[in-house]
Parts: sequence; structure tokens; C-alpha cells
Amino acid sequence: MSLKKYLGPLNKDNPVLVQILGVCSSLAVTAQLKPAFVMALSVTIVTAFSNLIISLLRNTIPPRIRIIVQLVVIATLVILVDQVLQAFFYDVSKMLSVFVGLIITNCIIMGRVEAYALSNPPMPSFWDGIFNGLGYGLVLVTLGTVREIFGSGTLWKMQIIPTSFYEHGYLNNGLMVLPPAALILVGVMIWVQRSKG
Amino acid sequence: MKKIEKISKNIEKWFEKGKPLHPLYPLYDAIDTFLLTPKTRTKLGTHIKDSADMKRTMFMVIIAMIPAVLFGMWNVGHQHFLSQGSDSSLLQEFWFGFLKVLPIIIVTYISGLTVEIIFAKIRKHEVAEGFFVTGLLIPMVLPPETPLWIVAIATAFSVLFSKEVFGGNGFNFLNPALVARAFIFFAYPKVITGDLVWIADKADAYSGATPLANFASENMSALPSIMDMFIGNMPGSIGETSKIAILLGAILLVYTGVGSLRIMLSVVAGGLGMGLIFNLIGGSPLFDFPAWQHLLMGGFLFGTVFMATDPVSAAHTKSGKIIYGVFIGMMAMLIRVVNKGYPEGMMLAILLGNIFAPLIDYCVVQIHISRRKKTIIKINNAQN
Repeated sequence: MSLKKYLGPLNKDNPVLVQILGVCSSLAVTAQLKPAFVMALSVTIVTAFSNLIISLLRNTIPPRIRIIVQLVVIATLVILVDQVLQAFFYDVSKMLSVFVGLIITNCIIMGRVEAYALSNPPMPSFWDGIFNGLGYGLVLVTLGTVREIFGSGTLWKMQIIPTSFYEHGYLNNGLMVLPPAALILVGVMIWVQRSKG
Repeated sequence: MKKIEKISKNIEKWFEKGKPLHPLYPLYDAIDTFLLTPKTRTKLGTHIKDSADMKRTMFMVIIAMIPAVLFGMWNVGHQHFLSQGSDSSLLQEFWFGFLKVLPIIIVTYISGLTVEIIFAKIRKHEVAEGFFVTGLLIPMVLPPETPLWIVAIATAFSVLFSKEVFGGNGFNFLNPALVARAFIFFAYPKVITGDLVWIADKADAYSGATPLANFASENMSALPSIMDMFIGNMPGSIGETSKIAILLGAILLVYTGVGSLRIMLSVVAGGLGMGLIFNLIGGSPLFDFPAWQHLLMGGFLFGTVFMATDPVSAAHTKSGKIIYGVFIGMMAMLIRVVNKGYPEGMMLAILLGNIFAPLIDYCVVQIHISRRKKTIIKINNAQN
């Protein structure tokens, strides 16, 4: 089976850069690469499985109460992810704080469930969820990398910028650690995306 | 002038299409039109003409800034030798300051013009003359010790993100010079706050606190005398210290009609008014501080004269200008007195004012329209 038709979210159909969804969390958790990466992973898993489950249930959900059903499924998955993070990656879970719980409000998940999973068979829905999550993750990881290198001089907590730079007067860019820098960087990425095609 | 014209004519052919220097044409064009009249003329129809076009207007601002620039250079040297405790002549002091300030100015122009030229190339317009003013304003609001690479980054950032992405000169809703300063303020707070940066090569034992820093730490006895603050004999950003030099600039700006007296007066009135309110409340040394002395500290006056009056980012309507000015003055005072974390409130106050300016204009125009409508209805009713 060909995955080609699902690749849109990675480029010309990117959920953050083109559809402008999920911007809030991409500003909040990308000061460093590690939380950004974990967040991307969590959202990918939640999107994929909520798509899969809703798609399996799609013929039995009454249209009038579909939103509440979707919310129950998404919330359950988010709680699962949250518990797993707390159990096995406690430091990252601490770093992400409320934003794991707030995955439930991420428009990408609800959007994919509403727009795709409700009217498509399970496997395509699953792949659609995976690639939309990856498209979101791509932006998060890029932001996390840039912000951590220039804001803290590290990458995944490892010193990237040599200490000799600091001796010669180099300083970390404090703005990069603040959310406004993420907003500016997202703006730049949207700019690049638009001027590509 | 004849000579310049001749040189310009001679070197123009190097920048023509197909010649090796063609990529630099915007730079040539910018300098050429800055020195001489532009080559392109309107051909059709009648136009209302004024000799004060954009180039002349911008040039007038630069002339108005010259006293502050020169005084700033001297003061940088003066404060340096004062902190070292060594004797020095006026010329020595000026020369020291000149060598400190000139690199900052040069770096600002190179960095900003690079971004401008790249955009002029891509967007196919000329290099706008606005940057000649911005490029001189940026060094004026920085401490003399700012590292040059930070100056370069901040300038490039401000030209790119406060001007070019919004459409270039004339579309910047924020003052680019203040954006550059705000960028440094948030990105590299170390180089623009504290007591170490305001005097070049300061001796360790000497206190380098600015009057505002002393004010924020309620250390009123360490403030310079009123006369010193008025003349500008105190540590601070390069161009902001001397009130005399700034007032000279203000007179020229108002006399030539380039700067809006209405805005300047409203900012001062807003600042004084807010200061008086604080004096009435009283109860702490910060609140009791005489309102009028605030005008002598920090960048209040410099911001009022050169930043708040920026014709692009300020409000445009007549009553809008008053609201805008009073708002800036009050906010600046509020930040200074209430928020000790930011001793200099002027920068943030003006940026905030810039953001509100379009809204203020919109409201003023709408109120005017609805008032006119009511009058028309009244007249119609009377006729019936």
C-alpha cells in the first residue's frame, strides 16, 4: 500500500504552518528539544489512535453527540499518555507540566477526527493521524532545536556551542527562551513555507 | 555639489544592468539620491509639490540629532576619564568617545543596510531613506559598552521583523530603533541593564549606576545635581543624557515642521500629570519624587523628541496625537515608578503607544463621523 497520499501534512498541508492549528503548544513547549520531541511523540500517538478508534466506531456514533464521543476517546488517550510519561519519564513530564493534559485541546486531533476519521476506514485514518502528528512534530522539533541552540547553547542538554565562544564574549540569546521568539520563528517558517510554493 | 554629481555620473555605469557591480545598484541608488535629487520624475498630470520630500524630511531629523550625537561622544569619554579619576582635556575626552561610538554607528549602518539592500533586490524597490535615521537612532539609545556583534544582530532583527516583513519603509507600525533596543533588552539583558555597561572601560571602584538605577533602588542621594542632569553629565545611553542637545534638536524639528509639537507636548504633559498623581498619593520615596525631575532622567526626553514623533508609527489624527502622547507619557511614568524591574519605562511605553496608535486613529475618525451624522440628522429635522 502506498503512503504517498498521506504525506501532505509533512509539507504543503502542514497542520501548523499551513492550517495554523496547534500553535499554542508549539510556542509553549519548544524552549528545549527534549520536551518538544516528547510532546511531538505524544501528540502523534494520540492523533493516530483517536483516529483509529473513532474510525472503528464511526458507524455507530449518533451524529448529534459525536463531539462528546470524540472527546471521551481523546481524553482517555491523553490520560494514558500522561500516566505513562509520569511513570517512566518523570522529569520530562514535569517539564511539560499542564501541556500534556492540554493535548486534548489541540485542534489538530479534533480536526483530524472530525474531518477524516468520521468518514474513512480505520487503517487510512490511522496513517492520516500518524502523518499529521509527524507534521506537527516536524515543526516542534525544528523550533526546539533552534531555540535550544541559540537560547541555551545546548542541544538535548548537551553543550553544543563551545565554551571558548563564551570566553570571547558570546552570550546566549535570552529572547529565544521566551515564547515570543517561538512566535517569530513560527512566522519565519510560515514565510519559508509560503514562498516555496 | 557639482563634484559629487560628476563622480556619481561617472560611477553610475558600473552599476548598470549586466555590469559586475549591478547587485549593489540599490546601494548606489540610495547614496546617490541621498546626496542628489532623484533621477525619476513624474511625467503626467499636476502634482502638489513641496520641497520637503521624504529625503529632506529624514535628513532634517539627522541634522536635529547631531547635537545629541556630538554631546554623546564627548560624554562617553568624559564619564570614562571621570571614572578612572584621571585628568583629561576636552579634546581627549571627545576623541575617546568618538572612537567608542563611531564603530557602533558604522556597524549599525552596515548591518541594517545589508538587510535593506537584500530586500530592495528581492522586492524590487529602492532602499528607503528611513533607515538613515533609524541607523543613527539605534546607537543613540544603546549603552557605550554594547558589543558590536549584538548591535549588528539587533539592527538586522529590527529592520527585518519590524519593517521589511510588514512592507518596508512607511509600513512599520513599530519604531525600528526601539525594536532593536527592545530586542537587546530581552535577548541580552546583561549588556543593557545593571551598573557595568553605562560607562566605557569603567574603573571597578567607581559606581556606574545611571540616575534611573539610583532612583529605582531609592538611592536618591546618589542622583546627580539637577544642573548635571540637564547638561547631561551623567552615565546613560549614548545620546540620551544631554537635555540641552535634545532640546536643540527638538527646536529644529518643530521649526521645520518635521516633528510634531503636539505629540512632544502631550508626552511631556502625560508624564508630568502621572508624576503629579503619584506625588499626591505619596508614601514612598519613589512616589514622592518630583514629577518634573523625571523629565531629566533616562531617555524620557530623547524618546519624546525623536521616537514618539516618528511619523510612521505615531497616531495621525490631531486629537489622536494628543491621546497617543498622553498615553505614552503616563505609561512611561507608571512603569518607572511602580515597576522596579524596568527602570526605563520610556522604551516599552512608546512601543505600546505605537501598537495602540492605529486603534486611537480609528476611534477618533469614527467619533468624528458619528458626530457629523448626528448634526446632519438635526439639521434635517429642523428643516422638516
